[in-house]
Amino acid sequence: MKLRFWFVLPTWVWMTGLFGAPFAIVLAYSFLTRGYYGGVIPPWTVENYQRLFDPLYLTILLRSFLMAFAATGLCLLLAFPAALFISRSPKHKNLYLQVVMLPFWTSFLVRTYAWLFLLRDTGLINTTLLKLRMIHGPLPLLYNDGAVLLGLVYAYLPFMVLPIYATLERLDPSLPEAAADLGARPWATLLRVIVPLSRPGVVAGAVLVFIPCLGAYLTPDLLGGGRTVLVGNLVQTQFTTGRDWPFGSAVSMFLMLLVLLVVWGFLRRESELFT
Amino acid sequence: MKRWLGLYAVAFFAFLHLPLLTLAAFSFNSSRFTVWEHFSLDWYRAIFRDRQLMEATWNSIIVAIAATLISTVVGTLCAYGLWKRGSRLLTGTLYLSLVTPEIVTGISLLALFQWIFRWLHWHLGLYTVILAHVAFSIAYVVIVVSARLRTLSRSLEEAAMDLGANEWGAFFYVILPALGPGIVAAALLALTVSFDDYVITSMVAGVDSETLPMVIYAMARRGASPVINAVSALVTLFFGILIVISERVREA
Repeated sequence: MKLRFWFVLPTWVWMTGLFGAPFAIVLAYSFLTRGYYGGVIPPWTVENYQRLFDPLYLTILLRSFLMAFAATGLCLLLAFPAALFISRSPKHKNLYLQVVMLPFWTSFLVRTYAWLFLLRDTGLINTTLLKLRMIHGPLPLLYNDGAVLLGLVYAYLPFMVLPIYATLERLDPSLPEAAADLGARPWATLLRVIVPLSRPGVVAGAVLVFIPCLGAYLTPDLLGGGRTVLVGNLVQTQFTTGRDWPFGSAVSMFLMLLVLLVVWGFLRRESELFT
Repeated sequence: MKRWLGLYAVAFFAFLHLPLLTLAAFSFNSSRFTVWEHFSLDWYRAIFRDRQLMEATWNSIIVAIAATLISTVVGTLCAYGLWKRGSRLLTGTLYLSLVTPEIVTGISLLALFQWIFRWLHWHLGLYTVILAHVAFSIAYVVIVVSARLRTLSRSLEEAAMDLGANEWGAFFYVILPALGPGIVAAALLALTVSFDDYVITSMVAGVDSETLPMVIYAMARRGASPVINAVSALVTLFFGILIVISERVREA
Protein backbone atom coordinates (compact mmCIF):
# COMPACT_ATOMS: atom_id res chain seq x y z
CA MET A 1 0.00 0.00 0.00
CA LYS A 2 2.94 2.32 0.58
CA LEU A 3 3.95 1.81 -3.03
CA ARG A 4 0.63 3.24 -4.25
CA PHE A 5 1.62 6.58 -2.75
CA TRP A 6 4.66 6.78 -5.05
CA PHE A 7 2.55 5.85 -8.05
CA VAL A 8 0.05 8.69 -7.68
CA LEU A 9 2.56 11.21 -6.31
CA PRO A 10 3.88 12.54 -9.68
CA THR A 11 0.32 13.22 -10.87
CA TRP A 12 -0.53 14.93 -7.61
CA VAL A 13 2.54 17.13 -7.85
CA TRP A 14 1.89 18.01 -11.48
CA MET A 15 -1.82 18.66 -11.07
CA THR A 16 -1.29 20.73 -7.91
CA GLY A 17 1.53 22.78 -9.41
CA LEU A 18 0.16 23.28 -12.91
CA PHE A 19 -3.59 23.04 -12.46
CA GLY A 20 -4.47 23.79 -8.82
CA ALA A 21 -1.93 26.57 -8.25
CA PRO A 22 -2.72 28.51 -11.47
CA PHE A 23 -6.40 28.19 -10.64
CA ALA A 24 -5.80 29.59 -7.14
CA ILE A 25 -3.79 32.49 -8.57
CA VAL A 26 -6.51 33.41 -11.05
CA LEU A 27 -9.12 33.15 -8.28
CA ALA A 28 -7.03 35.54 -6.15
CA TYR A 29 -6.44 37.93 -9.08
CA SER A 30 -10.16 38.12 -9.73
CA PHE A 31 -10.55 39.89 -6.36
CA LEU A 32 -7.67 42.33 -6.91
CA THR A 33 -7.32 45.67 -8.66
CA ARG A 34 -5.76 46.41 -12.03
CA GLY A 35 -2.35 48.09 -11.80
CA TYR A 36 -1.22 51.06 -13.86
CA TYR A 37 0.98 49.04 -16.16
CA GLY A 38 -1.29 46.03 -16.50
CA GLY A 39 -0.16 44.34 -13.29
CA VAL A 40 -2.25 43.30 -10.33
CA ILE A 41 -2.29 45.34 -7.11
CA PRO A 42 -4.27 45.58 -3.86
CA PRO A 43 -6.85 46.43 -2.53
CA TRP A 44 -9.14 43.41 -2.54
CA THR A 45 -12.43 44.11 -4.23
CA VAL A 46 -15.49 42.47 -5.77
CA GLU A 47 -15.68 45.18 -8.41
CA ASN A 48 -14.50 42.80 -11.18
CA TYR A 49 -17.51 40.58 -10.58
CA GLN A 50 -19.82 43.57 -10.45
CA ARG A 51 -18.55 44.64 -13.85
CA LEU A 52 -19.87 41.34 -15.29
CA PHE A 53 -23.34 42.83 -14.90
CA ASP A 54 -22.48 45.76 -17.13
CA PRO A 55 -24.90 45.47 -20.13
CA LEU A 56 -21.89 45.24 -22.47
CA TYR A 57 -20.57 42.09 -20.80
CA LEU A 58 -24.00 40.65 -20.05
CA THR A 59 -24.66 40.76 -23.79
CA ILE A 60 -21.45 38.83 -24.46
CA LEU A 61 -22.38 36.20 -21.85
CA LEU A 62 -25.87 35.91 -23.29
CA ARG A 63 -24.52 35.61 -26.84
CA SER A 64 -22.14 32.84 -25.75
CA PHE A 65 -25.00 30.99 -24.10
CA LEU A 66 -27.23 31.36 -27.14
CA MET A 67 -24.41 30.28 -29.47
CA ALA A 68 -23.69 27.18 -27.36
CA PHE A 69 -27.43 26.36 -27.23
CA ALA A 70 -27.84 26.80 -30.98
CA ALA A 71 -24.75 24.67 -31.72
CA THR A 72 -25.97 21.94 -29.34
CA GLY A 73 -29.47 21.96 -30.86
CA LEU A 74 -28.16 21.84 -34.41
CA CYS A 75 -25.73 19.04 -33.52
CA LEU A 76 -28.63 17.08 -32.03
CA LEU A 77 -30.80 17.51 -35.16
CA LEU A 78 -27.95 16.51 -37.47
CA ALA A 79 -26.52 13.70 -35.34
CA PHE A 80 -29.70 11.84 -34.39
CA PRO A 81 -30.61 10.52 -37.86
CA ALA A 82 -26.95 9.64 -38.48
CA ALA A 83 -26.73 7.71 -35.20
CA LEU A 84 -30.02 5.96 -36.08
CA PHE A 85 -28.63 5.01 -39.49
CA ILE A 86 -25.45 3.57 -37.98
CA SER A 87 -27.30 1.64 -35.28
CA ARG A 88 -29.57 0.06 -37.95
CA SER A 89 -26.76 -0.86 -40.28
CA PRO A 90 -26.61 -4.65 -40.38
CA LYS A 91 -22.88 -5.08 -41.06
CA HIS A 92 -20.75 -1.97 -41.15
CA LYS A 93 -21.39 -0.32 -37.76
CA ASN A 94 -17.73 -0.06 -36.80
CA LEU A 95 -16.71 1.22 -40.20
CA TYR A 96 -19.35 3.99 -40.09
CA LEU A 97 -18.34 4.95 -36.55
CA GLN A 98 -14.74 5.28 -37.66
CA VAL A 99 -15.83 7.40 -40.62
CA VAL A 100 -17.65 9.71 -38.17
CA MET A 101 -14.66 9.87 -35.81
CA LEU A 102 -11.98 10.32 -38.46
CA PRO A 103 -12.26 14.12 -38.88
CA PHE A 104 -12.38 14.43 -35.11
CA TRP A 105 -8.94 12.85 -34.80
CA THR A 106 -7.43 15.28 -37.26
CA SER A 107 -6.23 18.69 -36.15
CA PHE A 108 -8.87 21.03 -34.70
CA LEU A 109 -7.06 24.01 -36.18
CA VAL A 110 -7.00 22.45 -39.65
CA ARG A 111 -10.71 21.63 -39.47
CA THR A 112 -11.50 25.23 -38.56
CA TYR A 113 -9.19 26.56 -41.25
CA ALA A 114 -10.96 24.33 -43.82
CA TRP A 115 -14.13 26.40 -43.33
CA LEU A 116 -12.19 29.64 -43.64
CA PHE A 117 -10.91 28.32 -46.97
CA LEU A 118 -14.42 27.39 -48.15
CA LEU A 119 -16.37 30.41 -46.90
CA ARG A 120 -14.18 33.45 -47.55
CA ASP A 121 -14.97 35.93 -50.35
CA THR A 122 -12.54 34.24 -52.73
CA GLY A 123 -13.21 30.81 -51.25
CA LEU A 124 -14.43 27.74 -53.06
CA ILE A 125 -18.16 28.31 -52.50
CA ASN A 126 -18.20 31.93 -53.65
CA THR A 127 -15.85 31.25 -56.59
CA THR A 128 -18.01 28.36 -57.78
CA LEU A 129 -21.28 30.29 -57.45
CA LEU A 130 -19.78 33.27 -59.28
CA LYS A 131 -18.56 31.03 -62.09
CA LEU A 132 -21.99 29.46 -62.42
CA ARG A 133 -23.36 33.03 -62.55
CA MET A 134 -25.77 32.25 -59.72
CA ILE A 135 -24.59 35.35 -57.83
CA HIS A 136 -23.17 38.68 -58.97
CA GLY A 137 -20.84 39.41 -56.05
CA PRO A 138 -19.37 37.23 -53.31
CA LEU A 139 -21.78 36.34 -50.50
CA PRO A 140 -20.61 37.46 -47.02
CA LEU A 141 -20.31 33.91 -45.69
CA LEU A 142 -17.35 34.37 -43.38
CA TYR A 143 -16.83 36.56 -40.29
CA ASN A 144 -20.35 36.40 -38.91
CA ASP A 145 -22.36 34.45 -36.32
CA GLY A 146 -23.46 31.89 -38.90
CA ALA A 147 -19.88 30.95 -39.76
CA VAL A 148 -19.04 30.53 -36.05
CA LEU A 149 -22.12 28.36 -35.53
CA LEU A 150 -21.18 26.23 -38.53
CA GLY A 151 -17.60 25.86 -37.27
CA LEU A 152 -18.75 24.79 -33.79
CA VAL A 153 -21.28 22.29 -35.15
CA TYR A 154 -18.68 20.83 -37.51
CA ALA A 155 -16.10 20.54 -34.73
CA TYR A 156 -18.27 18.87 -32.10
CA LEU A 157 -20.72 16.79 -34.17
CA PRO A 158 -18.95 13.47 -33.36
CA PHE A 159 -19.43 14.16 -29.62
CA MET A 160 -23.19 14.02 -30.24
CA VAL A 161 -23.24 11.02 -32.59
CA LEU A 162 -21.33 8.63 -30.30
CA PRO A 163 -23.47 8.76 -27.10
CA ILE A 164 -26.74 8.72 -29.08
CA TYR A 165 -25.48 5.74 -31.06
CA ALA A 166 -24.50 4.00 -27.81
CA THR A 167 -28.04 4.29 -26.33
CA LEU A 168 -29.74 3.34 -29.61
CA GLU A 169 -27.49 0.28 -29.80
CA ARG A 170 -28.50 -0.84 -26.30
CA LEU A 171 -32.18 -0.21 -26.98
CA ASP A 172 -34.25 -3.38 -26.74
CA PRO A 173 -35.36 -4.09 -30.36
CA SER A 174 -38.59 -5.68 -29.15
CA LEU A 175 -39.88 -2.26 -28.02
CA PRO A 176 -40.11 -0.69 -31.50
CA GLU A 177 -41.40 -4.04 -32.77
CA ALA A 178 -44.15 -4.00 -30.15
CA ALA A 179 -45.07 -0.46 -31.20
CA ALA A 180 -45.31 -1.59 -34.82
CA ASP A 181 -47.39 -4.63 -33.85
CA LEU A 182 -49.78 -2.36 -32.02
CA GLY A 183 -50.32 -0.40 -35.21
CA ALA A 184 -47.86 2.50 -34.93
CA ARG A 185 -46.50 3.78 -38.24
CA PRO A 186 -42.69 3.99 -38.57
CA TRP A 187 -42.67 7.75 -37.90
CA ALA A 188 -44.86 7.37 -34.81
CA THR A 189 -42.60 4.58 -33.53
CA LEU A 190 -39.60 6.82 -34.07
CA LEU A 191 -41.02 9.92 -32.40
CA ARG A 192 -42.94 8.28 -29.56
CA VAL A 193 -40.82 5.23 -28.72
CA ILE A 194 -37.27 5.48 -30.03
CA VAL A 195 -36.62 9.20 -29.42
CA PRO A 196 -37.88 9.20 -25.78
CA LEU A 197 -35.88 6.03 -25.03
CA SER A 198 -32.67 7.57 -26.35
CA ARG A 199 -32.80 10.41 -23.85
CA PRO A 200 -29.69 9.38 -21.83
CA GLY A 201 -27.54 9.49 -24.95
CA VAL A 202 -29.06 12.79 -26.06
CA VAL A 203 -28.39 14.37 -22.66
CA ALA A 204 -24.80 13.06 -22.53
CA GLY A 205 -24.15 14.28 -26.07
CA ALA A 206 -25.69 17.68 -25.32
CA VAL A 207 -23.38 18.16 -22.32
CA LEU A 208 -20.33 17.04 -24.32
CA VAL A 209 -21.12 19.59 -27.04
CA PHE A 210 -22.40 22.41 -24.85
CA ILE A 211 -19.36 22.64 -22.55
CA PRO A 212 -16.66 23.16 -25.17
CA CYS A 213 -18.96 25.47 -27.17
CA LEU A 214 -19.56 27.69 -24.15
CA GLY A 215 -15.83 28.29 -23.66
CA ALA A 216 -14.96 28.24 -27.37
CA TYR A 217 -12.18 30.60 -28.33
CA LEU A 218 -10.47 29.48 -31.54
CA THR A 219 -13.60 29.03 -33.68
CA PRO A 220 -15.14 32.49 -32.98
CA ASP A 221 -11.69 34.02 -33.32
CA LEU A 222 -10.94 32.56 -36.77
CA LEU A 223 -14.42 32.34 -38.32
CA GLY A 224 -16.03 35.29 -36.51
CA GLY A 225 -13.02 37.45 -37.34
CA GLY A 226 -13.20 39.48 -34.14
CA ARG A 227 -16.76 40.57 -34.81
CA THR A 228 -18.37 37.68 -32.97
CA VAL A 229 -17.02 38.25 -29.48
CA LEU A 230 -17.87 35.37 -27.17
CA VAL A 231 -16.87 34.91 -23.56
CA GLY A 232 -13.71 32.93 -24.53
CA ASN A 233 -12.51 35.87 -26.65
CA LEU A 234 -13.35 38.28 -23.84
CA VAL A 235 -11.03 36.36 -21.48
CA GLN A 236 -8.23 36.27 -24.07
CA THR A 237 -8.50 40.01 -24.80
CA GLN A 238 -8.32 40.95 -21.12
CA PHE A 239 -5.12 38.94 -20.73
CA THR A 240 -3.43 40.20 -23.90
CA THR A 241 -4.28 43.55 -25.51
CA GLY A 242 -6.70 44.71 -22.78
CA ARG A 243 -4.17 44.10 -19.99
CA ASP A 244 -6.90 43.92 -17.37
CA TRP A 245 -5.95 40.67 -15.64
CA PRO A 246 -8.28 41.04 -12.63
CA PHE A 247 -11.35 41.44 -14.85
CA GLY A 248 -10.15 38.65 -17.17
CA SER A 249 -9.75 36.43 -14.10
CA ALA A 250 -13.26 37.24 -12.91
CA VAL A 251 -14.68 36.34 -16.35
CA SER A 252 -12.68 33.06 -16.28
CA MET A 253 -13.98 32.15 -12.85
CA PHE A 254 -17.55 32.93 -13.92
CA LEU A 255 -17.10 30.76 -17.03
CA MET A 256 -15.73 27.93 -14.86
CA LEU A 257 -18.75 28.29 -12.58
CA LEU A 258 -21.13 27.95 -15.54
CA VAL A 259 -19.28 24.86 -16.82
CA LEU A 260 -19.33 23.26 -13.36
CA LEU A 261 -23.06 23.98 -12.99
CA VAL A 262 -23.75 22.20 -16.29
CA VAL A 263 -21.58 19.21 -15.27
CA TRP A 264 -23.12 19.09 -11.79
CA GLY A 265 -26.66 19.26 -13.17
CA PHE A 266 -25.85 16.46 -15.59
CA LEU A 267 -24.26 14.20 -12.96
CA ARG A 268 -27.19 14.75 -10.60
CA ARG A 269 -29.90 14.02 -13.14
CA GLU A 270 -28.19 11.22 -14.95
CA SER A 271 -26.35 9.56 -12.09
CA GLU A 272 -28.09 6.29 -12.90
CA LEU A 273 -26.05 6.21 -16.12
CA PHE A 274 -22.87 5.81 -14.13
CA THR A 275 -24.01 3.15 -11.69
CA MET B 1 -38.01 5.89 -44.18
CA LYS B 2 -35.08 3.53 -44.64
CA ARG B 3 -34.13 5.03 -48.02
CA TRP B 4 -34.32 8.58 -46.64
CA LEU B 5 -32.09 7.59 -43.78
CA GLY B 6 -29.53 6.14 -46.20
CA LEU B 7 -29.58 9.30 -48.34
CA TYR B 8 -29.22 11.42 -45.23
CA ALA B 9 -26.24 9.37 -44.06
CA VAL B 10 -24.46 9.96 -47.38
CA ALA B 11 -25.00 13.73 -47.03
CA PHE B 12 -23.87 13.59 -43.38
CA PHE B 13 -20.62 11.77 -44.16
CA ALA B 14 -20.01 14.17 -47.06
CA PHE B 15 -20.48 17.15 -44.73
CA LEU B 16 -17.91 15.67 -42.34
CA HIS B 17 -15.29 14.85 -44.95
CA LEU B 18 -15.67 17.14 -47.99
CA PRO B 19 -14.18 20.26 -46.34
CA LEU B 20 -10.93 18.46 -45.53
CA LEU B 21 -10.83 16.64 -48.88
CA THR B 22 -11.29 19.84 -50.93
CA LEU B 23 -8.67 21.55 -48.78
CA ALA B 24 -6.22 18.76 -49.54
CA ALA B 25 -7.16 18.72 -53.24
CA PHE B 26 -6.48 22.45 -53.67
CA SER B 27 -3.06 22.10 -52.06
CA PHE B 28 -2.04 20.49 -55.38
CA ASN B 29 -3.42 23.39 -57.44
CA SER B 30 -0.79 25.44 -59.27
CA SER B 31 -2.83 28.65 -58.97
CA ARG B 32 -2.85 30.61 -55.75
CA PHE B 33 -6.57 31.30 -56.36
CA THR B 34 -9.41 28.89 -55.70
CA VAL B 35 -9.75 28.07 -59.40
CA TRP B 36 -8.29 24.79 -60.56
CA GLU B 37 -5.42 25.25 -63.03
CA HIS B 38 -3.24 22.16 -63.07
CA PHE B 39 -1.46 19.75 -60.76
CA SER B 40 1.61 21.07 -58.98
CA LEU B 41 3.74 20.37 -55.93
CA ASP B 42 4.98 23.98 -55.68
CA TRP B 43 3.20 24.68 -52.36
CA TYR B 44 4.79 21.63 -50.79
CA ARG B 45 8.21 22.82 -51.94
CA ALA B 46 7.37 26.24 -50.47
CA ILE B 47 6.85 24.64 -47.05
CA PHE B 48 10.36 23.25 -46.94
CA ARG B 49 11.84 26.59 -48.02
CA ASP B 50 9.95 28.46 -45.28
CA ARG B 51 12.38 28.66 -42.35
CA GLN B 52 9.72 29.85 -39.88
CA LEU B 53 7.50 26.87 -40.70
CA MET B 54 10.37 24.40 -40.45
CA GLU B 55 11.52 25.81 -37.10
CA ALA B 56 7.96 25.73 -35.74
CA THR B 57 7.54 22.14 -36.92
CA TRP B 58 10.75 21.20 -35.17
CA ASN B 59 9.56 22.91 -31.96
CA SER B 60 6.24 21.09 -32.18
CA ILE B 61 8.01 17.76 -32.56
CA ILE B 62 10.26 18.42 -29.53
CA VAL B 63 7.31 19.51 -27.39
CA ALA B 64 5.07 16.64 -28.50
CA ILE B 65 7.72 13.98 -27.84
CA ALA B 66 8.75 15.38 -24.45
CA ALA B 67 5.17 15.96 -23.30
CA THR B 68 4.10 12.51 -24.51
CA LEU B 69 6.95 10.70 -22.73
CA ILE B 70 6.41 12.51 -19.43
CA SER B 71 2.61 12.37 -19.41
CA THR B 72 2.56 8.69 -20.45
CA VAL B 73 4.88 7.66 -17.60
CA VAL B 74 3.18 9.87 -14.99
CA GLY B 75 -0.34 9.00 -16.18
CA THR B 76 0.28 5.25 -16.37
CA LEU B 77 1.68 5.16 -12.83
CA CYS B 78 -1.32 7.18 -11.65
CA ALA B 79 -3.83 4.90 -13.41
CA TYR B 80 -2.27 1.89 -11.69
CA GLY B 81 -2.32 3.65 -8.31
CA LEU B 82 -5.98 4.53 -8.78
CA TRP B 83 -6.74 0.96 -9.83
CA LYS B 84 -5.31 -0.32 -6.54
CA ARG B 85 -7.32 2.17 -4.53
CA GLY B 86 -9.53 4.87 -6.02
CA SER B 87 -9.37 8.51 -5.01
CA ARG B 88 -12.39 10.66 -5.73
CA LEU B 89 -10.37 13.82 -5.21
CA LEU B 90 -7.69 12.89 -7.73
CA THR B 91 -10.15 11.51 -10.31
CA GLY B 92 -12.30 14.61 -9.84
CA THR B 93 -9.30 16.90 -10.37
CA LEU B 94 -8.36 15.04 -13.57
CA TYR B 95 -11.90 15.27 -14.96
CA LEU B 96 -12.02 18.93 -13.95
CA SER B 97 -8.89 19.56 -16.02
CA LEU B 98 -10.72 18.00 -19.00
CA VAL B 99 -13.84 20.20 -18.79
CA THR B 100 -11.96 23.43 -18.08
CA PRO B 101 -12.20 25.66 -21.18
CA GLU B 102 -8.81 25.73 -22.91
CA ILE B 103 -8.61 29.51 -22.79
CA VAL B 104 -9.05 29.43 -18.99
CA THR B 105 -6.29 26.81 -18.65
CA GLY B 106 -4.10 28.94 -20.89
CA ILE B 107 -4.50 32.24 -19.05
CA SER B 108 -4.16 30.63 -15.62
CA LEU B 109 -0.88 28.96 -16.63
CA LEU B 110 0.30 32.30 -18.00
CA ALA B 111 -0.63 33.94 -14.69
CA LEU B 112 1.28 31.24 -12.79
CA PHE B 113 4.44 31.57 -14.90
CA GLN B 114 4.39 35.37 -14.73
CA TRP B 115 3.96 35.14 -10.96
CA ILE B 116 6.97 32.80 -10.64
CA PHE B 117 9.05 35.03 -12.93
CA ARG B 118 8.71 37.89 -10.45
CA TRP B 119 11.28 36.11 -8.33
CA LEU B 120 13.10 33.98 -10.86
CA HIS B 121 14.21 35.95 -13.86
CA TRP B 122 13.39 33.28 -16.38
CA HIS B 123 11.35 33.67 -19.54
CA LEU B 124 8.60 31.79 -21.31
CA GLY B 125 10.08 29.20 -23.64
CA LEU B 126 9.73 25.67 -24.93
CA TYR B 127 9.96 24.29 -21.39
CA THR B 128 6.84 26.21 -20.27
CA VAL B 129 4.99 24.79 -23.30
CA ILE B 130 6.10 21.27 -22.34
CA LEU B 131 5.04 21.76 -18.69
CA ALA B 132 1.61 22.98 -19.85
CA HIS B 133 1.16 20.17 -22.37
CA VAL B 134 1.95 17.51 -19.77
CA ALA B 135 -0.59 19.13 -17.42
CA PHE B 136 -3.47 18.72 -19.88
CA SER B 137 -2.33 15.34 -21.30
CA ILE B 138 -2.17 13.42 -18.00
CA ALA B 139 -5.96 13.17 -17.74
CA TYR B 140 -6.20 11.60 -21.23
CA VAL B 141 -3.49 9.06 -20.41
CA VAL B 142 -5.09 8.13 -17.06
CA ILE B 143 -8.49 7.60 -18.70
CA VAL B 144 -7.19 5.43 -21.55
CA VAL B 145 -4.88 3.31 -19.35
CA SER B 146 -7.58 2.94 -16.67
CA ALA B 147 -9.98 1.58 -19.30
CA ARG B 148 -7.40 -1.07 -20.14
CA LEU B 149 -6.73 -1.84 -16.45
CA ARG B 150 -10.41 -2.51 -15.88
CA THR B 151 -10.19 -5.43 -18.31
CA LEU B 152 -7.42 -7.05 -16.21
CA SER B 153 -8.24 -9.51 -13.49
CA ARG B 154 -7.00 -8.60 -10.04
CA SER B 155 -5.97 -12.19 -9.51
CA LEU B 156 -3.17 -11.57 -12.03
CA GLU B 157 -1.35 -9.40 -9.53
CA GLU B 158 -2.20 -11.67 -6.60
CA ALA B 159 -0.82 -14.68 -8.49
CA ALA B 160 2.45 -12.83 -9.16
CA MET B 161 2.78 -11.98 -5.49
CA ASP B 162 1.93 -15.53 -4.39
CA LEU B 163 4.76 -16.66 -6.64
CA GLY B 164 7.17 -14.42 -4.76
CA ALA B 165 7.14 -11.11 -6.61
CA ASN B 166 7.00 -8.01 -4.49
CA GLU B 167 4.54 -5.20 -5.30
CA TRP B 168 7.03 -3.44 -7.56
CA GLY B 169 7.97 -6.67 -9.36
CA ALA B 170 4.31 -7.55 -9.92
CA PHE B 171 3.74 -4.13 -11.49
CA PHE B 172 6.85 -4.16 -13.61
CA TYR B 173 6.82 -7.74 -14.90
CA VAL B 174 3.11 -8.62 -14.94
CA ILE B 175 0.84 -5.56 -15.05
CA LEU B 176 2.97 -3.33 -17.27
CA PRO B 177 3.36 -5.85 -20.13
CA ALA B 178 -0.37 -6.61 -20.00
CA LEU B 179 -1.08 -2.87 -20.30
CA GLY B 180 1.13 -2.49 -23.39
CA PRO B 181 -1.50 -1.70 -26.05
CA GLY B 182 -3.37 0.62 -23.67
CA ILE B 183 -0.19 2.57 -22.92
CA VAL B 184 0.66 2.91 -26.62
CA ALA B 185 -2.90 4.10 -27.38
CA ALA B 186 -2.65 6.62 -24.52
CA ALA B 187 0.73 7.87 -25.75
CA LEU B 188 -0.61 8.34 -29.29
CA LEU B 189 -3.58 10.29 -27.92
CA ALA B 190 -1.25 12.49 -25.86
CA LEU B 191 0.90 13.01 -28.95
CA THR B 192 -2.13 14.15 -30.99
CA VAL B 193 -3.49 16.57 -28.39
CA SER B 194 -0.03 18.01 -27.81
CA PHE B 195 0.83 18.39 -31.50
CA ASP B 196 -2.54 20.02 -32.21
CA ASP B 197 -2.90 22.44 -29.30
CA TYR B 198 -3.04 26.10 -30.19
CA VAL B 199 -5.03 27.94 -27.49
CA ILE B 200 -3.01 26.96 -24.39
CA THR B 201 0.32 26.97 -26.26
CA SER B 202 -0.20 30.49 -27.59
CA MET B 203 -0.54 31.78 -24.03
CA VAL B 204 2.56 30.11 -22.58
CA ALA B 205 4.99 30.06 -25.53
CA GLY B 206 7.88 32.51 -25.60
CA VAL B 207 8.88 34.64 -28.60
CA ASP B 208 11.46 32.08 -29.72
CA SER B 209 9.29 29.00 -29.15
CA GLU B 210 6.51 29.18 -31.73
CA THR B 211 4.89 25.83 -32.50
CA LEU B 212 3.39 24.69 -35.81
CA PRO B 213 -0.26 25.43 -34.85
CA MET B 214 0.81 28.97 -33.85
CA VAL B 215 2.32 29.58 -37.29
CA ILE B 216 -0.67 28.04 -39.08
CA TYR B 217 -2.95 30.26 -37.00
CA ALA B 218 -0.94 33.40 -37.78
CA MET B 219 -1.01 32.56 -41.49
CA ALA B 220 -4.75 31.84 -41.37
CA ARG B 221 -5.38 35.19 -39.68
CA ARG B 222 -3.70 36.86 -42.65
CA GLY B 223 -6.09 34.98 -44.97
CA ALA B 224 -6.13 31.58 -46.63
CA SER B 225 -3.12 30.59 -48.69
CA PRO B 226 -2.25 27.46 -50.66
CA VAL B 227 0.79 26.96 -48.40
CA ILE B 228 -1.51 26.48 -45.38
CA ASN B 229 -3.56 24.05 -47.49
CA ALA B 230 -0.40 22.04 -48.09
CA VAL B 231 0.65 22.17 -44.42
CA SER B 232 -2.89 21.19 -43.40
CA ALA B 233 -2.83 18.24 -45.78
CA LEU B 234 0.49 17.06 -44.33
CA VAL B 235 -0.74 17.50 -40.74
CA THR B 236 -3.91 15.55 -41.58
CA LEU B 237 -1.80 12.82 -43.18
CA PHE B 238 0.40 12.68 -40.05
CA PHE B 239 -2.67 12.33 -37.79
CA GLY B 240 -4.08 9.71 -40.17
CA ILE B 241 -0.92 7.62 -39.81
CA LEU B 242 -1.19 7.89 -36.01
CA ILE B 243 -4.82 6.64 -36.14
CA VAL B 244 -3.86 3.67 -38.30
CA ILE B 245 -1.05 2.75 -35.85
CA SER B 246 -3.43 3.22 -32.92
CA GLU B 247 -6.06 0.94 -34.52
CA ARG B 248 -3.43 -1.73 -35.28
CA VAL B 249 -2.25 -1.64 -31.67
CA ARG B 250 -5.80 -1.93 -30.35
CA GLU B 251 -6.51 -4.97 -32.51
CA ALA B 252 -3.27 -6.67 -31.44
